Amino acid sequence: MLSGRQVKQPATLRALVYSARFRGIVYQVAVVVGVLALGWYLVHNTLANLAARGIATGFGFMGQEAGFDIGEGLIAYSAADTYLRALVVGVLNTLKVAVLGIALASLLGLVVGIARLSRNWLVARLATFYVETVRNVPLLLQLFVWYGIVTALPGPRQALDLGLGVFISNRGLKVPVPEWHDSYWPVLVLLAAAFIGLFVLRRWAINRLYRTGRPFPWLSVGLAGLVVLPWLGLVLVGAPLVWSIPELKGFNFQGGADLSPEFAALLAGLTVYTASFIAEIVRSGILAVPHGQTEAALSLGLSRAKTLRLVVLPQALRVIVPPLTSQYLNLLKNSSLAVAIGYPDLVSVANTAINQTGQAVEGVALTMAVFLVISLALSLLMNWYNAKVALVSR
Amino acid sequence: MIKPEDDIHNALAAADVEEPSQAVAPANSVWKPLSWAKSNLFDSVPNALLTLLALLLLWETVPPLLSWGLFNATWSVADGTAAACRDGTGACWALMGEKNRLMLFGVYPYDQHWRPLLATAIVIAMLATSALRRFWLPALGYAWLGAVVVVAWLMWGGFLGLTYVETAQWGGLPLTLGLALLGIVLAFPLSIVLALGRRSNLPAIKAICTGYIELVRGVPLVSVLFMASVMFPLFLPEGVTIDKLLRALAGMTLFTAAYLAEAVRGGLQAIPRGQEEAADALGLSYWRKMRLIVLPQALRLVIPPIVNQFISCFKDTSLVTIVGLYDLLAATKAALADPEWRPFFVEGYVAAALVYWCFCFFMSRYSQWLERELATGTRR
Amino acid sequence: MKAFKACAIAAALAVTSMPAWAGPTVDAVKAKGFVQCGVNLGLYGFSAPDDKGNWSGLDVDACRAVAAALFGDASKVKYTPLSAQQRLPALQSGEIDLLARNTTWTLSRDTANGLNFTVTNYYDGQGFMVPTKLGVKAAKDLNGATVCVLPGTTTEQNLADWFRANKMTYKPVVIEKNEELASAFIAGRCDVYTSDASQLAAIRANEMPNPADYVILPELISKEPLAVAVRHGDDQWLDVVRWSLYAMIAAEEKGVTMANVDQMAASSPDPEIKRLLGVTAGNGKALGLDEAWAKTIIKQVGNYGESFDRNVGQGSKLKIARGQNALYTQGGLMYAPPFK
Repeated sequence: MLSGRQVKQPATLRALVYSARFRGIVYQVAVVVGVLALGWYLVHNTLANLAARGIATGFGFMGQEAGFDIGEGLIAYSAADTYLRALVVGVLNTLKVAVLGIALASLLGLVVGIARLSRNWLVARLATFYVETVRNVPLLLQLFVWYGIVTALPGPRQALDLGLGVFISNRGLKVPVPEWHDSYWPVLVLLAAAFIGLFVLRRWAINRLYRTGRPFPWLSVGLAGLVVLPWLGLVLVGAPLVWSIPELKGFNFQGGADLSPEFAALLAGLTVYTASFIAEIVRSGILAVPHGQTEAALSLGLSRAKTLRLVVLPQALRVIVPPLTSQYLNLLKNSSLAVAIGYPDLVSVANTAINQTGQAVEGVALTMAVFLVISLALSLLMNWYNAKVALVSR
Repeated sequence: MIKPEDDIHNALAAADVEEPSQAVAPANSVWKPLSWAKSNLFDSVPNALLTLLALLLLWETVPPLLSWGLFNATWSVADGTAAACRDGTGACWALMGEKNRLMLFGVYPYDQHWRPLLATAIVIAMLATSALRRFWLPALGYAWLGAVVVVAWLMWGGFLGLTYVETAQWGGLPLTLGLALLGIVLAFPLSIVLALGRRSNLPAIKAICTGYIELVRGVPLVSVLFMASVMFPLFLPEGVTIDKLLRALAGMTLFTAAYLAEAVRGGLQAIPRGQEEAADALGLSYWRKMRLIVLPQALRLVIPPIVNQFISCFKDTSLVTIVGLYDLLAATKAALADPEWRPFFVEGYVAAALVYWCFCFFMSRYSQWLERELATGTRR
Repeated sequence: MKAFKACAIAAALAVTSMPAWAGPTVDAVKAKGFVQCGVNLGLYGFSAPDDKGNWSGLDVDACRAVAAALFGDASKVKYTPLSAQQRLPALQSGEIDLLARNTTWTLSRDTANGLNFTVTNYYDGQGFMVPTKLGVKAAKDLNGATVCVLPGTTTEQNLADWFRANKMTYKPVVIEKNEELASAFIAGRCDVYTSDASQLAAIRANEMPNPADYVILPELISKEPLAVAVRHGDDQWLDVVRWSLYAMIAAEEKGVTMANVDQMAASSPDPEIKRLLGVTAGNGKALGLDEAWAKTIIKQVGNYGESFDRNVGQGSKLKIARGQNALYTQGGLMYAPPFK
């Protein structure tokens, strides 16, 4: 602490000892040395233990053949591929479930959060019941229930035929998909163009609203374009649309695209669980918008839906986004529970790799590093969005 | 009164959001339920549609659930087999009658089950007592100390006439409760240090604490537990090993501390700068300033977030099943592994979910109440 | 807050228990007074706890034999149930003294993973189990099937190898826990369950609502010598474990049983039996054990044949035939070196 004495006797040792700056440096050096010593101690012990037991170290195993199969993945993979590729399959599977889960949980959470504040008594009660039930039960337990439900469906030979080549069985959901044809490229381009067009249209519509005060139904027009343009493309290309339809051959359905039971159970569990927390965030965000805003909007003649969409929600976003970010991060981290129901996410693949190579330190470190990077990227994205929301609202 | 303190309470009061008051039926209506329904359920066309949709949903789900769970359920079996359940069409609650002890106490020696039962009862009673502000006295600390000793004696045994039971045999609800409680209690001091460190103006210390908090918050608990169970032994010098349960507890503690530290930091940030400056002006040292001025105010603010953290800690204990401990969920699964009862997994999960739900719901309500109580208690 | 802190400190003190493991394992184990044995989380016939928490099985008998040799008391064992994932790190880290958890002896485990295998106590091979109603007769009919398999096991790799070698495809479903995986299989999530044949028999006999609904296909696609492992680098401990297990095999060969071991020790003229049972001294001293070590094993645990029958053979629910696990004199692979 600074004291009067220090000013009077600046040159003495005593002053040095009592100087806040000096003490700060001493504390910091002590803590850094302590942390380094602890780190060195742990690393030293680990290396000594590994050496004493003749366990291999290093990431050399990444180039070796993995030798195990993975149930599903976004990129081609076989047992003959390397550990590195197996881990990439795992990372992509984690991302797949996290991205879809975040999208669906946000949607469901938004709906439930608004429903909790609904003037409709029954709807509000139902939403409350959902939130209070779901968020007070561990996610892992819910995942087991979801997985139990999904696997209790009939087998592939007794699959529920929903018509149009859609089947549900305990092997998952099978849907027909168009078979890829090289002449489809223009269609994809048109689809992308429609997406870009949607955003341009939105910009223009908002601009026009500001300039002339006349609204433009950009969303409906844009969505229509999203459907019509690729379809037009198909007609223009003139290529036959060949569908790959799921068909029971031998043990399983062949052809079509599928949604595995493990993925479905994990996605359902993550979505339903996280949505209950998001609903609460949305609710408190809406409540944080002063009621006068709603009253003003209504008195301007806006409908209730428009009041919510144009006045309340944009302001609520400021309150919503920071806690929402942490829910997104939670969902990402919770996706690691996949290991309990057999969805081949990063943790599951890394565990298998650890078990086969015996290199636990590398495997766990890698898993943690990947999660850290994804978490960091997600928070950066959300912080950027937060800044944007905050600016726009001012 | 000191001005800044009022600010805190105002902030607290603002944070404490009340449900919007429901529209109330006019008092002079002819038939109250009808007018109530008109104003709350059918006041506009979209609203009426929503109500009908909700009613349809209820009609589709509630009657089948009731007939499964209540009317057609099998409540007990005479012969200890699931034959009666397989014949019935409803839920098989007889599972609870047959397997409740395995679900609640795991693989703890069967003839000693009264010990974890009593220990759990003591802990729950102590928790209930501590929940009331009236009992927030120094004596409560000693009571907890006594309770911990008694509970440890009951669970371990080994002296005063009780046989020794090793931790590998602990399981079920006592394990879940114990892990959650110890996890949060042990994490608490660490979290204070981390939070103070993160707010420190010494750059190295700030960097280390921030790094730790962000690192731990960025990784899943599964990885932390896996590290604790597989890698801790490698970190220690040859010859030192630690108990499996203790390793899981250490993992939970290190994980919880990072989250708790953020809650504590929130409390620290709510303390106006003037308080610290006043303490500095009085010439208090850093530690005395924190101990006497800042922490007492900040920690009072963070009691509700701590309860919330305890709830998630309680739910997170279910993850220890992944590293091979028999918590409530794992014990439930063990009970369901019996081929005789395996088809009735839903009933088992519902029962376990109910136990978790009771604890979590009660605690979350408590945390909301406490938030109001703490805010109003000092405002008068 | 004071109360919190006091509790925290008390709890920390109360929970800490640190069994020391230092230097040569034999001394450390003797000092602590029990053998810490890594076993399966629950595999009937090999290691499984009953309702009262008592462990039994072929692997458990291996642990008990070592305890009998060291302490003269087969009950001085503590069991650490381990998942397939945890077993190798547990032994590497010194958490357990020996690993008797149906672990396949492979070159990489023997070297890169820092283990030493002692004796194979069960010769197994990987097989397939399918529901009878699928009508599958041979493993070659399994093209396109969905297969339930435990992750991180040699089984998983054999499966991939075998399907690749036969130019067939499959879809794996991997869940870490035996009972979870069995549940998924029973629910029909997969067409085939693959594991060591002994495990398939155990699961079929024990976990299936109706064992007759499932059939184990005749082909075995791999060699799975299930062996008891110790940490690399402690030869004395390796010897103790190895010879404790050999003693059981040798006893069966010589016809020494739980029932007749005392009588044999008193009156057998066979010099090999005399050496085995410590009537002629020397073996015990060489191993650093009591001279009656092997006698104690046989008296308390039984010979290999007795252990086999009781746990997985005709005396058990599994009713597995001796097959490769018969003595070499009866066409099997069980062979103990001379006790000289």
